[in-house]
Amino acid sequence: MDSAMPKWADVFLIPMISLLLAAVFSAIVIYAIGESPIEALKLMVVGAVGSTYGWGYTLYYATNFMFTGLAVAVAFHARLFNIGGEGQAMLGGLGVALACLYIPWSHWAFALIGSATAGAVFGAAWAAIPAFLQAKRGSHIVITTIMFNFIAAALLNFLLIGALKLKGAMEPATGKFPEPTHLPSFQDMFSYGDTVLFRGAPANISFFVALLACVFVWALIWRTRLGYELRAYGHSPTAAKYAGINPTKIIMVTMLISGALAGMMAVNNVQGEAERLVLNAVEGAGFIGIAVALMGRSHPFGVLLAALLFGFLYQGGAELALWTKIPREMIVVIQALVIQFTGALDDMVRTPVTKIFVALRRPPSGQEG
Amino acid sequence: MTTAADVAPAIELRGISKAFGAVQANKDISIRVMPGTIHGIIGENGAGKSTLMSILYGFYKADAGEIFISGRKTSIPDSQAAIAAGIGMVFQHFKLVENFTVLENIILGAEDSGLLSPSLRRARRELAALADEYGLQVEPDALIEDIGVGMQQRVEILKALYRKADILILDEPTGVLTPAEADQLFRILERLKAEGKTIILITHKLREIMGATDTVSVMRRGEMTATVKTSNTSPAELAELMVGRKVLLQVEKQPRKPGARILDISNLTVHDEKNVPRLKGINLHVNAGEILGIAGVAGNGQSELLEVLGGYAQASGQITMNGQSLDLTGAKSDGQSRRTRGIAHVPEDRQREGLIMDYQAWENIAFGYHRDHAYRKAGLFMDHGAMRRDTTEKMARFDVRPPDPRLAAKSFSGGNQQKIVLAREIERNPDLLLIGQPTRGVDIGAIEFIHQQIIALRDQGKAILLVSVELEEILALSDRIAVMFDGQIMGERLPENTDEKELGLLMAGITEEAA
Repeated sequence: MDSAMPKWADVFLIPMISLLLAAVFSAIVIYAIGESPIEALKLMVVGAVGSTYGWGYTLYYATNFMFTGLAVAVAFHARLFNIGGEGQAMLGGLGVALACLYIPWSHWAFALIGSATAGAVFGAAWAAIPAFLQAKRGSHIVITTIMFNFIAAALLNFLLIGALKLKGAMEPATGKFPEPTHLPSFQDMFSYGDTVLFRGAPANISFFVALLACVFVWALIWRTRLGYELRAYGHSPTAAKYAGINPTKIIMVTMLISGALAGMMAVNNVQGEAERLVLNAVEGAGFIGIAVALMGRSHPFGVLLAALLFGFLYQGGAELALWTKIPREMIVVIQALVIQFTGALDDMVRTPVTKIFVALRRPPSGQEG
Repeated sequence: MTTAADVAPAIELRGISKAFGAVQANKDISIRVMPGTIHGIIGENGAGKSTLMSILYGFYKADAGEIFISGRKTSIPDSQAAIAAGIGMVFQHFKLVENFTVLENIILGAEDSGLLSPSLRRARRELAALADEYGLQVEPDALIEDIGVGMQQRVEILKALYRKADILILDEPTGVLTPAEADQLFRILERLKAEGKTIILITHKLREIMGATDTVSVMRRGEMTATVKTSNTSPAELAELMVGRKVLLQVEKQPRKPGARILDISNLTVHDEKNVPRLKGINLHVNAGEILGIAGVAGNGQSELLEVLGGYAQASGQITMNGQSLDLTGAKSDGQSRRTRGIAHVPEDRQREGLIMDYQAWENIAFGYHRDHAYRKAGLFMDHGAMRRDTTEKMARFDVRPPDPRLAAKSFSGGNQQKIVLAREIERNPDLLLIGQPTRGVDIGAIEFIHQQIIALRDQGKAILLVSVELEEILALSDRIAVMFDGQIMGERLPENTDEKELGLLMAGITEEAA
């Protein structure tokens, strides 16, 4: 059955059809509230990718989604459903903030390495407890990671109105990070002469860290012994046991890597953009990561593409809310439709497409056994 | 075939075809089964037997073709319609509620009304009548979980009869039975036949076909290759029809030359997670150059024995391998440690344990040995090139078809999957080979090859522990036979000094003293 459809149809054609369906339904919804779908699409495209400014936002959001998407994807290869990207990214933010505030860095490059490490360690630590409970006690990781999202939110709340709050300030946030920790933005990196590109947009060097993370995850999953073991465990825990693969080790290591990736997101949003730690800095990116991993079929390249798409939707949606009467919530509807069609309703498209391919192939062969 | 003119067949299928995606599971199949006969359908795994019966029972809808029941064209869109048409099915895996009584299981889905007691009263009366008519005695108030497998099967048959079935389909009914229970089943089938019921028996065991059926149809690759009178055919001819070429049914082997003691097991005890004892202090040994066969009905502790030796279950007792003891509970009780001690393992369930079905052949060839230095590159990485080359060689030596290392394990037939596992384990040149159900779900053609490989390894002076529920296989391959029942060794026999009858009694837990 697996050879019924060529690979390009599986990884390209089907997501495209799903996206098209999502777009059609979004258009219907927009039309139904009395706006023009064509105008809305134009606004979204122009707003998200029509200028370097728009790109600067789209890529900034995409960077967040790449980290959280990779986090979910890695865990998914071991059949672990890490829903805790949100909390792990929050804790990553704490790690990044502590690294930036309390270590005197001399240069942003060192600060980036230091804060990325801190974010990864904090994110991993936050994933470690649910992982341990799953491995040793059989507590379901979906439940525990969700609970840890709430605990993370409460913990940050506690710290940001207490120990970490800038003295005398009125809002739950840390003070501004010192100058040497500020990461180069795309504006700093790509403007030349009098031409200013990406003016004021938050995209920064973390985007390239995220790209590196994609390469890292690809090599980990498909080239290393650990990746071989964790995929084997994901496909069949019984077979993994037969092969002498230690399930506790796989669950722990996979979740630590997953948590570390989610935690590293904070380099982008906390250090790169806000340059301080504020309450609710993650803004749901941990959950979007689930959709991104689902749509990207847990492959790093797919995650990259899906993250770009969601970055586009985020930025385009913001523009839509700014320039039309279409409310900002509308964008949530569109995202939901995209998730619905590319993730949950995947089979709705896949089954008929497979049938078409089978029908096309039937005449020449047909003696497959 | 003189009766065909005046009596309508109980079942007639005309031109049944069914495809799953690109796979043609049934191709233009036509059969006629006369009333009051036992009709066998034999074929290798994946030949399309189960698909055909699922169409007859309304689980699948045929792409083309017609079904006639007692001469009338009948449409069977679901199992309700099949039951209404008088068809009853006894599945290989019973569909009984374990914590219900026999009676409750019988009325399940056939209750007369919302209130249970009238249905139960009626069922009790009818059950008594059925018991008289067909000799199918059961204890109506016993819980399913408390009665034996043979009894559970009887309940399944009664369920079908209670629903007024005139046609009974039995799918691989003897897979879980002891030889004695199987004999009993065939006596029941004879009785049902004498009372005018029509029976379709699906099996891959030639012996059952020869012993029990009136006519037999052979299926191969989705096609019905022949329908013959059983009395006019022979096992060799049927095997040839199934496989499409001549097959050696008998294994040739030289007398054994046993060497040093390789494996010594003493007082081995295993408890499952509910703390129920599965192995109750067993003692066994295997010497170099011999095959120790473990006979027994599935679920009597053989799996646990393999799991302990293979390093994925914990146990108490003592096991020595080449004179040195094995860790049974600690850090060295895992599969990796076992492999370094020279123990290779072909597990009972190759699809759940021995292979990762979604991994390609070259990934599976390394499975369990993936930490081998030969597969390493730059420490943490795996050398895919080396793995593929290794796979190509091993596939050639073990005649795996198609010899494509990049094909996923699930795309191979059962026999070729088993050959991949065997190639992986045997080519490691182990001191001890554990092998469970070596030919389960394997086509006859591949069985021959697999048996030859096992004998060849033994002739190289390796120790082999063979677990199989197929008595024929145990008798054909083993140099010594140990029979397991309820977590204990009931006795050891030499194959030349015993027969299926004696082993069958031991498998049922009956020793000579008691018998």
